[in-house]
Amino acid sequence: MTRVGVVTFPGSLDDGDARRAVRLAGAEPVRLWHGDHDLQGVDAVVLPGGFSYGDYLRCGAIAARSPIMTEIVAAADAGLPVLGICNGFQMLTEAHLLPGGLVRNDHGAFVCRDQRLRVEQTSTAWTNAFSAGEEIVVPLKNGEGGYVADADTVARLEGEGRVVFRYLDVDPNGSVNRIAGIANERGNVVGLMPHPEHAVEPGFGPDTRLAMRSGVDGLRIFRSALEAVLAA
Amino acid sequence: MTSEAPVVHVDSVERAAATPDREQPYAALGLTDDEYAKVRELLGRRPTSGELAMYSVMWSEHCSYKSSKKYLRRFGDKVTPKMREHLMVGMGQNAGVVDIGRGWAVTFKVESHNHPSYIEPFQGAATGVGGIVRDIIAMGARPVAVMDQLRFGDIREADTLRVVHGVVAGIAHYGNCLGLPNIGGETVFDAVYQGNPLVNALAVGVLRHEDLRLANATGAGNKVVLFGARTGGDGIGGASILASDTFSAGGPTKRPAVQVGDPFAEKVLIECCLELFHGGYVEAIQDLGAAGISCATSELAANGDGGMKVDLDAVLLRDPTLTAEEILMSESQERMMAIVTPEQLEGFLAVTSRWDVETSVLGEVTDTGRLEITWRGETIVDVDPSTVAVDGPVYDRPAERPAWLDALQADSAAALPRPADGPELREQLLAVLASPSLASPGWITDQYDRYVLGNTALSFPDDGGMIRVDEESGLGVAIATDANGRYSLLDPRAGAQLALSEAYRNVAVTGASPLAVTDCLNFGAPTNPEVMWQFAEAVDGLADACLALEVPVTGGNVSLYNQTGTTAIHPTPVVGVLGTIDDVAGRIPSGWQDDGLNLYLLGTTALELDGSAWAGVVHDHLGGRPPAVRLEAERKLAGLLAAGGEEGLIAAAHDLGEGGLAQTLAEGVLRFGVGARVWLGDVEERDGVDVATALFSESTARVLVAVPREEDVKFVGLCAGRRVPALRIGVTDAESGLLEVQDRFEIPIEELRAAHEGTLPAHLGPRVGG
Repeated sequence: MTRVGVVTFPGSLDDGDARRAVRLAGAEPVRLWHGDHDLQGVDAVVLPGGFSYGDYLRCGAIAARSPIMTEIVAAADAGLPVLGICNGFQMLTEAHLLPGGLVRNDHGAFVCRDQRLRVEQTSTAWTNAFSAGEEIVVPLKNGEGGYVADADTVARLEGEGRVVFRYLDVDPNGSVNRIAGIANERGNVVGLMPHPEHAVEPGFGPDTRLAMRSGVDGLRIFRSALEAVLAA
Repeated sequence: MTSEAPVVHVDSVERAAATPDREQPYAALGLTDDEYAKVRELLGRRPTSGELAMYSVMWSEHCSYKSSKKYLRRFGDKVTPKMREHLMVGMGQNAGVVDIGRGWAVTFKVESHNHPSYIEPFQGAATGVGGIVRDIIAMGARPVAVMDQLRFGDIREADTLRVVHGVVAGIAHYGNCLGLPNIGGETVFDAVYQGNPLVNALAVGVLRHEDLRLANATGAGNKVVLFGARTGGDGIGGASILASDTFSAGGPTKRPAVQVGDPFAEKVLIECCLELFHGGYVEAIQDLGAAGISCATSELAANGDGGMKVDLDAVLLRDPTLTAEEILMSESQERMMAIVTPEQLEGFLAVTSRWDVETSVLGEVTDTGRLEITWRGETIVDVDPSTVAVDGPVYDRPAERPAWLDALQADSAAALPRPADGPELREQLLAVLASPSLASPGWITDQYDRYVLGNTALSFPDDGGMIRVDEESGLGVAIATDANGRYSLLDPRAGAQLALSEAYRNVAVTGASPLAVTDCLNFGAPTNPEVMWQFAEAVDGLADACLALEVPVTGGNVSLYNQTGTTAIHPTPVVGVLGTIDDVAGRIPSGWQDDGLNLYLLGTTALELDGSAWAGVVHDHLGGRPPAVRLEAERKLAGLLAAGGEEGLIAAAHDLGEGGLAQTLAEGVLRFGVGARVWLGDVEERDGVDVATALFSESTARVLVAVPREEDVKFVGLCAGRRVPALRIGVTDAESGLLEVQDRFEIPIEELRAAHEGTLPAHLGPRVGG
C-alpha cells in the first residue's frame, strides 16, 4: 500500500484530518515528527495546516527550519510528491521549495468559507485526477493567505502553467491573480491555501446542491498522489 | 550598580504571629471587614501577606460563589435517579462529565469572561476560550469544539464596534489557533449590555471512561508538578478585583488585571496533557485559571485526603521580580498543575520535554491536612486548605421582588396594533429578519474555523452544533445554548425555563436526544436585593424545569456584578443543553433543500407577543409576561423528533423562537436558497389567532418540519400517536425563488437574503464574498 507521511509540528492542527484524507483516498497515513530526521520511507508527504510554532516570526518560517525539513527538501528535489496545505504552503515558500510568499489577508481578518476553485493545471502529482478547468469547492480558512510574488515570478508561474488552483467568485484574501495554489517546475511539489482534507468525507465537507455537507472534491487531490506514485 | 541581592522582607507565618497588629490592605484586595476578621479567627493570628492574597482571591465572588451558593444547591437537590444515570461527574469539579455510551464520555461547560472582555476585548475574549478549554482538559478529555454566547450593546454605538471587533478577533485568534471548531453560539445586540457586554464561552471535550481525571491530591509523597507557561505578572487579582466588582466611571484602569493569552502554548499543552493521560502519568490534575496557584493548590489539597507542601521558589517565572503574593495570585494563562507519583515522574518529564513544555516540581502531597507554602526558605502560608477553597463565606443576601415589576408586567404587547394587510406584514417580517440580534451572524462566524478536526456534523447556521465522537459508529453529540434577557427581565423564573426550553428544543431538532445541562448565570450586583431576587427566581425556575425534563445541570458558572453604575443588565441565564445521537449521519438540517416537501407546523400558537422580537423591533416595546413555559409539550416534541429522525421521516426541522414562525420560515428558505409556499388560514382557525400573531408570536414548544411526500402518512401517524399537534401549512418550492405567504405577500429569496445578511456588514464592515 502506498504510504503517505503527514508531519506533525508543534501547533499543527489539521494533521489528523490530513491523515484521515490519506486513508479515505486508499493509502496508509504515516505520522512524521518535526524533530526527527527520518521520512520512514514514505512515498509522499503532506505538510498540514495549523499554526506551527505559533506562527511566530512569520507563518511557517520556523517550521521551514525544523529538523525534518532537511529530509523533505532533499526528497522533494529528488521528485517525492509533497503537498503543503495552508500553513504547509507557507512552509514550502519559506523553505524555498515554492516561490513567493503568503501575507495577511487584505481585509485583515481570518476567513472561513466554502471556496470555489478552478483546477488550472492537471499535470502535477497532486492534480492528475482532475480534468483541466474543472471547478471544485474546498473549504478555505486562513488569516494570512494572500499570495504575493514579484511581477517576474508571477509571469513565470502563469507562463509555465504552474498556477494550479485559482479562486473563483471572490478573491478571499487578496492574492495576486487570484492564485490559490502553485507547483514547482517539476510538478511534484504543490502548495495551496484551501483545505482539501476538509472535503473528503460525505457528511463533513461543504454543502453541495444535492445534500448538506456532502462535498468531497478534495479527495481527488490525495488520490492524484497515489496515481503519481504508481506512475513513477 | 550593586551586585548585592535586594533585601527581601518575607512576611512569614512566624513574623505574622509576632506582629499581630500590622495593618493589612484587605479592603483593597476585596475582602470585607467581617471576612478579614473571619480569616484571623480561622488562623488564630493575622494572616501573612501570602495568606491574605490567597483568601482574598479564593473568597471572591468569582471563586467562592458566596452570594449564589445558597441557591445553586437547588440544582443538586432537585434530581431524579434517571438524571443521575448518565452523570459520571456532577457539579463541583472543573466540568461535569456525562456517559454517552460505548465507553465514551463527554464533558462540557460554559463560563463567563465578561469583565475582561469589556476592558480589553481581544485578550479578554481570547483568554475566555483558553480558560474554558483548560477546564475540559483537566477532566482528562480532548477538547473537540467551542461555542460563544455574545451579548453586545447597541450596534449603532461606536464603543460597541470596539468591543465586537476585539471580542470576535480574540475568539477567532485563540480558538482557531487551538484547532477547535466553533460550532455555534449566540449573538445579541441590546443597549442594556452597552457598559457590560457578556462574553460567555462553552467548550466540549470527549474521553474514554478510563481516562477520567479529577482534581484530588491524594497519596502522601506524590509530587506536585506545575507545567506549561511561565508565571508572570498578568491577571493579578483578576478574579477578586475585576470579576467581582462593578465598573464605575472615573475609577482607576483595571487593565493590569486582564490576562494575556498565547494559544500556541495552550495547543502544545493540550497535546502534552493528552499524551500524559494516555501514558498513565497523572494521578490528578487541575488547570490554573482564576486565582492561579492559590486556587490550584488549595482546591487540589482540599479535594484530597491529606495536605500539600510546595515551595514557591521552584515556580518558573517570566519576571523574576515577582513577590510571593503576586506569584500566588497571578492568572498567567496556559498553566496546569498535576499530581504525579514519584515512580511516574521520569516518564512525565519525558513527555513534557518532548513537547518543549517547561515543568517544575513544586513539592509534594503530605498527610498533615495543611497546605504549607514556603518562599525564600520561610513558611509563608500554613492553612487548612478547605477553609480557603471550600468553606468560604456563604451569604444569604436580601432578595426582594422589584417594585416596578407589576407595572412592567401589566404593559402587555397584546395592546399594540397588529397588521392584517400583506404589505405591512411583509415589511415587519423583513424588519425583524434584519434586526441586529436576528440578522445573520455570518460576519462573525466566518471568522471562526468550523471544519478543523473533521467531525463537525452541524454548525452555524443550523440550530445546534453537532460533533461526531466515534468515527467507527458515528456516535455523536449535539449542543445548543440559549438565553433571552428580555423574557428574563419580565419574569426571571420563566426566562430561565424558556432558555432551557429553547436550547432543549434546538438540540431535539437536530435529531439528538437531550441529556444534560450547563449554565452561565449572568446577573447584576448581588448587593442589590432586586438582582438577588431575579437570581433566586431564575435558579429555582431552572432547577424545576431541569427536573421536569429530567436533564441534570452538570456544572457551569455564575457571573455577578454585571452592571455599570447602578444599572444592571437584564438577567441573562445562558443555558446549554447537550444531547446524543447514535449516528450523526441521521442529523437533521434546519432548512430544506428539495422541492415538494410538506411543511408541518408542530405545536400550537397563542397570542404571546410580550417580550417578543416583533414587539421590540417594530414597536420598541418591552412589557407583559413572557410566553407560557410548556415543558411537557417540549418533552413530547423532542421524543417525536428523535423518533421521526431515526425513521428518516424528517428532511428538515427548525425551531420556532425569537421572531416566531416568520423568522423560522425565512431562515428555512435561506438555509439552502429553496423557496416555500405557505398558508396560515388553518393555523388562524384552529388556534383562534390573527395572521400577525400566527407569524410573530413566540409561543413555545413549536417546530417547523419538512417531510418528504412519500413519508407523509407515516409522519402524520407518528404525530397522532405521540399526541403532538401537527398542521400542514405549506410546501417547499425549488422553482419559485420566493417565500410566499398565500393571500398576504411574497418575498424573493434574494430580498430576504439581503435583509438577513446585510445588517452586520453595514455596521461592522464588509464580509468576504458577502
